[in-house]
Amino acid sequence: MVGDPGPYLLLATILFVIGAFGVISRRGAITILMSIELMLNSANLALVAVSRFLPAAGQGAGIPDGQVIGFLVLAIAAAEVAVGLAIVIAMFRLRESVDVDLARLLRW
Amino acid sequence: MTALAAVAIGVVSLQWVVLLVIAAVAIAGALVVVLHRSPVVGAMGLVTNLLCVAGIYVLLNAYFFAALQVIIYAGAVVVLITFVIMLLNLRPEARGGPGLVPIGLAVLLGLALIVVLGRPLLEFSAPTAEAVAPEFGSVRQVGEALFTEYFYPFLAVSLALLSAMVGAVLLAKRHLED
Repeated sequence: MVGDPGPYLLLATILFVIGAFGVISRRGAITILMSIELMLNSANLALVAVSRFLPAAGQGAGIPDGQVIGFLVLAIAAAEVAVGLAIVIAMFRLRESVDVDLARLLRW
Repeated sequence: MTALAAVAIGVVSLQWVVLLVIAAVAIAGALVVVLHRSPVVGAMGLVTNLLCVAGIYVLLNAYFFAALQVIIYAGAVVVLITFVIMLLNLRPEARGGPGLVPIGLAVLLGLALIVVLGRPLLEFSAPTAEAVAPEFGSVRQVGEALFTEYFYPFLAVSLALLSAMVGAVLLAKRHLED
């Protein structure tokens, strides 16, 4: 067994950093949404990895809490991507583009 | 006894090899998402990444969660994204963007975060009983926790999904004044 959550947490950190880099460096709204999905997904990975290695109530290791919270995150991610894509569609109708630099109506 | 130990070591390294391969593919998929200029290719990178993470959930004995990941994330969410890309008929993103200095800073800060967090994370060891509990990852265990201890968060999430559905329909409608 890979007996510790360490390697999984490191992988989650790397995926989170890649997603954050995508949010910072890209201009296409859909790519930014996909990068946010990467970040949410890495948070889920960390949750499940830690809950797998915590001692259970009975024998052995593994509590369900991480998976349950991950399930809630999954649902919120689905809701977020639905609303986000609706906003992207509305913006595309207005500007003929999904470039977030063009969406500056409410910017000072 | 030595044969048993050898078999055990073989199992250990096999699991490490599987983990490293899956992790490498997952990171490659994530990099495709953030680096490729075409959103369609990015969506395919996202699918690769999400399926690899589902594989890691299997390595973690979270079989039910792996199935959820494949169905909801790699299935529904990515299909939705691909569908919108097709609907909008996007061109690849224009070159340019924030410029080299902010991007270089972002890369540096990201690498610093990985290095700073990496060492304590790798040394983090849970007070673990090595063997996984037989119930762990089963639909029954997760469902029980979801409908008892986490009942109110579950309720709140269902309301959030409902409002997101209404909001998405309203936002994407052509004439808001109707």
